[in-house]
Amino acid sequence: MALPNPNLTQRSHAALENDVLQGALKRATDTFIERRREAITSVADWEALRQRARLVKEHTINHLDYYLEQLVTRVEAHGGKVFWARTGEDVSKYIIDLARVRGVKSVVKGKSMATEEIELNHALEAAGVRSVETDLGEYIIQLAHEKPSHIIVPAIHKTRAQIADLFEEKLREGRPNEVAEITAMARRRLRNEFLSAEMGITGANFAIAETGSIVLVENEGNIRLSTQVPKIHVAVVGIEKVIPRFDDLSVFLRLLPRSGTGQKQTAYVSFLNGARQPKTESGFEFHLVLMDNGRTRILADEQMRESLYCIRCGACLNVCPVYQKIGGQAYGWIYPGPIGAVISPQLQSLKQSGDLPFASSLCGACRDACPVAINLPDMLLALRAKAKESDIGSRPAERAAMRGVAFVARHPKLFALSGSLMRVFARLLVRDGRIKSAPLSPLSDWTNYRDLPAPGGPSFRKRWKQKDMK
Amino acid sequence: MRVALFITCLVDQMFPDVGEAMVATLRRLGVEVSFNDAQTCCGQVAFNTGYRPEARSMAEHFIRVFESDRSEFIVAPSGSCTAMVRNFYGELFHRPEDREWRERLARVKPKLREFSEFIVNELGVEDVGASFAHRVTYHDACHLLRELGISDQPRRLIRSVRNLNLIEMEAADTCCGFGGTFSVKYGEISNAIMQEKLARIEKSGAEYVIANDSSCLMQIAGGLSRTGSRVKTMHLAELLAKRV
Repeated sequence: MALPNPNLTQRSHAALENDVLQGALKRATDTFIERRREAITSVADWEALRQRARLVKEHTINHLDYYLEQLVTRVEAHGGKVFWARTGEDVSKYIIDLARVRGVKSVVKGKSMATEEIELNHALEAAGVRSVETDLGEYIIQLAHEKPSHIIVPAIHKTRAQIADLFEEKLREGRPNEVAEITAMARRRLRNEFLSAEMGITGANFAIAETGSIVLVENEGNIRLSTQVPKIHVAVVGIEKVIPRFDDLSVFLRLLPRSGTGQKQTAYVSFLNGARQPKTESGFEFHLVLMDNGRTRILADEQMRESLYCIRCGACLNVCPVYQKIGGQAYGWIYPGPIGAVISPQLQSLKQSGDLPFASSLCGACRDACPVAINLPDMLLALRAKAKESDIGSRPAERAAMRGVAFVARHPKLFALSGSLMRVFARLLVRDGRIKSAPLSPLSDWTNYRDLPAPGGPSFRKRWKQKDMK
Repeated sequence: MRVALFITCLVDQMFPDVGEAMVATLRRLGVEVSFNDAQTCCGQVAFNTGYRPEARSMAEHFIRVFESDRSEFIVAPSGSCTAMVRNFYGELFHRPEDREWRERLARVKPKLREFSEFIVNELGVEDVGASFAHRVTYHDACHLLRELGISDQPRRLIRSVRNLNLIEMEAADTCCGFGGTFSVKYGEISNAIMQEKLARIEKSGAEYVIANDSSCLMQIAGGLSRTGSRVKTMHLAELLAKRV
């Protein structure tokens, strides 16, 4: 995918310079953190619930073949059609072919990260099929020709004023000033889209193997409409979304809304069992597209497998100090934040987004917030090691420095000597008791933003000897 | 009680006062302290930057230095270096043929304690007899808090310091933006995160920021100094060494 700016440093620079974005990010993430904190207090034992969810995910992912086959059997028994898609192109081709055969001219879409991942809208437009996003946030993003900046709140980076401007420009019905006017305007437009569309495309939050049910969690009701008004419903579902039993759902339905929006429950939870009226003359159809698109590659890597446990709640984004500052679009692809830095290099390639795992302070707030306790810092560390192992984003000077440090560290006398030399060099740079600027990277990368304290006298090892601290 | 110091490379070379304060505090508590000058660096920087073979060679050195030590505990003035050994060394020796190294690590690892953890959990002491008539606030270093689960011990020690006023800042448990090589690779982002922390420190009205990691303190001190703040930083060991 072509990006307007391929360099993470430059993309984040743009985000950090954008005061409107900074304000919007701060308000949004602060609000979500606070709501989540309140929402999880209503669960007697949040930690136990997380561990339970993690166990379910672990079990399912380790037996994914079994549960997917079970799911497919159940969906087909309900009269649904199932298509296994190896790649994103396979998904698009299947849907476009279906649209051609059924004479579909326009499509309504429920919010779905899976279809964002494969840029389904572009493929549909190219094939002459009109595709309209019906989630308010996605609708805004589509009007603005942008990428989502948050997994569950795609337009988190936009202020009300910006959205009002956008609607005024694109919809030409005047400027909606209040939130209620914005939503009313979108609703009027979208209602007509729902009524005229011949196909609805959604993702899924969960697919239950035992019952063949597709579960959709939302607040606006647009996803339910997308599945019920058009005669054809296509659900594009990543293969990791399957859970074994209906009973398991109660665990995830308590975790997901609390972690995502800080709600105890969302306004709508829809359960779809196959085609609405199977095998009747009315011609309602349900298609389940099971999408791999790199997921089996993650599955094959035991060290990285738990990145497939993600339920796309967005909690790790909100608590991430890096995300809070650079927002979603700076991550360069559709999955931002800690989970994005973990799955993007795997779903795309380390070559394409191998810089993402390094853009983290490894503070671990994401792991604490994750409802399925994915060890995100550990995944980031593993990806860093993979990147260095295959010398992706090659930094010969850094590698030489690390080798040098490792050599010196194995030779205590040399370590003491180079420490002394380093401190002599550092003292040359001291002005007013601190180092304010330095001639060389990486020292200058430090002093660009903060001072460096002057090294404090003789080293500890020297003092231990001299002062006879023994 | 006998304790071997793991002074950490940063304290050894940049913040030796922290090491001296740690020695003074431990001795005052009746602990016999030793320092093996064959020790160097735990390898965390190499590990966190993805250079595992280099990190492993440093981990092997660390194990060689400390495995023969007869002290009951190894004590370090850093949550992140302690976490490196306790939580991450295992990942460097994960292959079946590394069994011998895993066994050698298993002799060293259980003895390692972070400074505040050692005083509160092993010595059972909270009041070390220090006195400091200032307003202080405490910053939870990320690895200390989330890798080791230590947040209560340092606060108990701080609260027991005479004449001291501990003011909790807002979101004490959020990152200062340091993150090792992240601070220089993505300096601008690191700085933006740090500015949030600095604002919360200023808002607390404290005169001193206390933490248990010299790396976080280096970032915070550098930021405070650059912004012309009057607030000073201090390692917990230095605070506990203060007398009337």
